[in-house]
Amino acid sequence: MGANWNDISEGMSIPDLKKNCSTQQLVHWAAASGDFYQIHYDIPFAKGTGLDNIIVHGALKNAFLGQLIADWLGGAGTIKSYGCSYRGMDFPDQDITCKGVVTKKYEENGEKLVDLEVWTENPEGRKTSPGTATVVLN
Amino acid sequence: MADSESLITDEMRATIGKESSPTTLEVDKTSVRMFARAVGYTDPMYYDEEAAKAAGHKSLPAPPGYLGTPVFKPGGASRGPSSQSGPQPSRPLNRILNGGTEIEYFGPIVAGDTLISISHTAAFEERQGSIGQMLITTSKTVYKNPAGDVVAIATGTGIRY
Repeated sequence: MGANWNDISEGMSIPDLKKNCSTQQLVHWAAASGDFYQIHYDIPFAKGTGLDNIIVHGALKNAFLGQLIADWLGGAGTIKSYGCSYRGMDFPDQDITCKGVVTKKYEENGEKLVDLEVWTENPEGRKTSPGTATVVLN
Repeated sequence: MADSESLITDEMRATIGKESSPTTLEVDKTSVRMFARAVGYTDPMYYDEEAAKAAGHKSLPAPPGYLGTPVFKPGGASRGPSSQSGPQPSRPLNRILNGGTEIEYFGPIVAGDTLISISHTAAFEERQGSIGQMLITTSKTVYKNPAGDVVAIATGTGIRY
């Protein structure tokens, strides 16, 4: 189960992770993360700041990318670092597809390392949260 | 035109690198479950301690991105966009967006851990974007376990406009 060092090659894609946030999920996230900024659950408030709708928390998309990587590793490794920028807004009830590609496979200080490019994609195929990750395989 | 004036004041520059007072964060089974549920994990190791132990963890592991929940103090500042505290820019900026998050891990974080975090502002930057003049604040937060080992460093980017 999980990622296998010998099967990993540069350029390969890892399995997509599909998300589609209900407003309820955003409320779950607000409680779990402690981020109660109203643009994520209060439509009149969000519109008052110039947004068209409430938006998905950036940190939730970052957590989705964490799950993308963790699900792929399946316990066969750990995340050394990962992160993303929030370049585009995502909205409730819209598909958010999390994707990743292996950019580098290497050994350093006795560790089996893999660098990845990871991102979330909106229904138009735009990368709304581009990021990178480095994982160490067991 | 007020817009061309620098948003970054000397008072703001003086805060760069200054460490915040420490924050205590708890990682417990309920908070790990809440986080895992909010993200949508189905792996039982985030919910069931026996499954976590079978997977080699001391207790429920913190999912990626979860660095504990600050101990709530009534009357204290609520969590979330933190760039509103401290010296203010030359022109009021009321709108906030999260610009990005990067986390480096140096050790495991599991339910039962109490973490201490200390933050500092690493940089202020201003940029002209589609939403107008923006102030970009980069902050770093170092998380230590009770043994004093650094378990994670998070870099956050806040955008105000």
